[in-house]
Amino acid sequence: MSRTVFSVFLGILLTAAGAFAAEPIKIGALFAVTGPAAFLGEPERNTAQMVVDEINKGGGIKGRKLELVVYDTQGDSTKAVQAATRLIKEDNVVAIIGPSTTGDSMAVIPVVEKAKIPMVSCAAGMKITDPVKKWVFKTAQNDTLAVEKIYEHLKKRKVSRVAILTVSDSFGSSGREQLKAQAAKFGIQILVDDTYGPKDTDMTSQLTKVRGTQAEALICWGTNPGPAVIARNAKQLGLKMPLYMSHGVSSKKFIELAGDAAEGIMIPSGRVIVADLLPKSDKQKKSLMAFVKDYQNHYRKEGDHFGGHAWDAVMLLKGAIEKGGATPDGIRNQLEKTRNFAGIGGIFNYSPADHAGLTKDAFVLVEIKKGDWVLVK
Amino acid sequence: MAEGRMRGSAAPNNLYFPLTLTLSLREREFSRQYHLKRELLKFAIFTILVLLLPLAAKEGYILNVLVFVGIHSILAIALNLLLGYAGQISLGHAGFFGLGAYISGVLTATHGQNPWLAMCYAAGAVGILAFVIGFPILKLKGHYLAMATLGLGIIIYILFNETVDLTGGPSGLSGIPNLTLGTLTFDNDLKNYYLVWTFTLVAILLAVNLANSRIGRALRAIHDSETAARLMGINARFLKVQVFALSALLCSVAGSLYAHVMTFVAPASFGFNFSVELVTMVIIGGLGSIYGSVLGAAILTLLPELLRAFQDYDIIIYGLILILMTMFLPGGLVSMAPVFMSLLRGRRKQPGGAHAEA
Repeated sequence: MSRTVFSVFLGILLTAAGAFAAEPIKIGALFAVTGPAAFLGEPERNTAQMVVDEINKGGGIKGRKLELVVYDTQGDSTKAVQAATRLIKEDNVVAIIGPSTTGDSMAVIPVVEKAKIPMVSCAAGMKITDPVKKWVFKTAQNDTLAVEKIYEHLKKRKVSRVAILTVSDSFGSSGREQLKAQAAKFGIQILVDDTYGPKDTDMTSQLTKVRGTQAEALICWGTNPGPAVIARNAKQLGLKMPLYMSHGVSSKKFIELAGDAAEGIMIPSGRVIVADLLPKSDKQKKSLMAFVKDYQNHYRKEGDHFGGHAWDAVMLLKGAIEKGGATPDGIRNQLEKTRNFAGIGGIFNYSPADHAGLTKDAFVLVEIKKGDWVLVK
Repeated sequence: MAEGRMRGSAAPNNLYFPLTLTLSLREREFSRQYHLKRELLKFAIFTILVLLLPLAAKEGYILNVLVFVGIHSILAIALNLLLGYAGQISLGHAGFFGLGAYISGVLTATHGQNPWLAMCYAAGAVGILAFVIGFPILKLKGHYLAMATLGLGIIIYILFNETVDLTGGPSGLSGIPNLTLGTLTFDNDLKNYYLVWTFTLVAILLAVNLANSRIGRALRAIHDSETAARLMGINARFLKVQVFALSALLCSVAGSLYAHVMTFVAPASFGFNFSVELVTMVIIGGLGSIYGSVLGAAILTLLPELLRAFQDYDIIIYGLILILMTMFLPGGLVSMAPVFMSLLRGRRKQPGGAHAEA
């Protein structure tokens, strides 16, 4: 008897509580905050938390606050799967942001597909959304787009013979594959196709080989510090041909490492590093300035591309929740309908056939002049 | 010391088990039977525990973690046979684990092979590989053996990364099918739990049986002194290679299970770090104790999950717990068992050594 009364009372209390303070919308996040991929995971985690805080400060989404549950994957796919399972079963999140790396993302895909929870990955790998998976989206730009940007510029300059020098790791091999695959489409001939090791400290021999050929431009694909060494070696050898680098070095760190030798190098890059140089007419300018300013205020550091991927992911989810409500189904369907969302990584247009959503305009070509970035028109 | 008795009672094939030398034949027979009964009882209790655990875990994510505890247990048991019994260190076991996972993965995902057959192929291939490599490598001792196995693990890891066309490189291999049995597909945590733990239980049974056999005693003799073991007529070199191959084979089976449970594999899961984690599991659990290995695997897999509540500080606390455990429980967690049991019974029983607690 008393138990029935109690449970009825409890029931009333709970409904009342639900009506007054709307429950927060739980969003899960998987980032490689520690481990070898921490350079991705840390800015992503920081940014995601920052954006969620900002949204909550502004009253949340339709009066409901957001709650971000972050788990560290350590860049290990086993941990990523465990954390994803926990987010779905224990925390009952409506959507997941991340993971940071392609490997973690691929590992988590079967889990979210089975649980029917939308996921917005922050990793760049093409296979994440190619072929398209129903519940999986991504924000980081494909390597292909950077290759297209460089080739487009070469074509404009009527350069057709190039040498490529790529690093022998996953980033370099993916770049090399794309450089070779896209060449024919732009009428470009690769005369030298050479590689270097991620820990090599002298690339003079590869560059000497390049100097002896008819190549009119050199494209180098790698992450710091290798490309800086190449830039220095090229200067020492007096190599006159224009030098193109990948988006893997589009950070101030590269200019620091390469010093004088960085002068004149051209890089396809996301717009974050040149946010203040962009014309007012640029559609992304507003988002970029907001991100750069907020990040500076929160963490006293410059925001980077990786943080940008997380910014895009949270904002895309916010848009989807506003339109479709806070259910996994609604979010997924609205995400797919996203059009002309001007984020940090580019202007996103998702569709049932495209869950990556970006074109080569996601990149701008920048040139290094007097130790700073200049936009190439 | 025990010369007189040795001539009188000990059978020649048991010569190298010093403990038995002091017992008469009858005593020995009795103690053997008692021991056997106790082992069976232990195994039965453990099996019931394993069977009932999902009821407590319900359908939560913990069940998912427990699946990995099962896989890690097989690995820890495999390494324990080598490290705890034969006293030979290996810092390359993650490599064998990875080989099993990748062979299964590539055969099923790329070539559409039957998963069970793929598992057998993988186990056979890895076993043979370890057997062949074992001969030169196990001639080394101490730090040199550690370095050689470390190198082996790293070579395998690099192979996974560099053979992009075959393995998918650093971003992994996806599309691996789940295991099936007739119409039953092992595609959720509960089914996978029973699948994996069946293998784990078989591995435990195998390991316990091996540890209590003539071979097990021979391995322990090698552990204590290889020279003495040889003098007693043990073919130490061959035995070491055999146990190395068996250990690798078990790792490969665990790898195959991992691949089919995850339906995805990436090289990052099979790096040097994981090899060290395996050694830690064995040491935390207790060298030379099969159930200790299961305990070690459980602790090292569950602890990070439990510590997630501390957010950024979880790694520090995790490290601290490991340091404290090795400082105060050098015999591993199983060295607590006799104390615990005597507390349970309310009277103090003579504690058995780590070896006897197998």
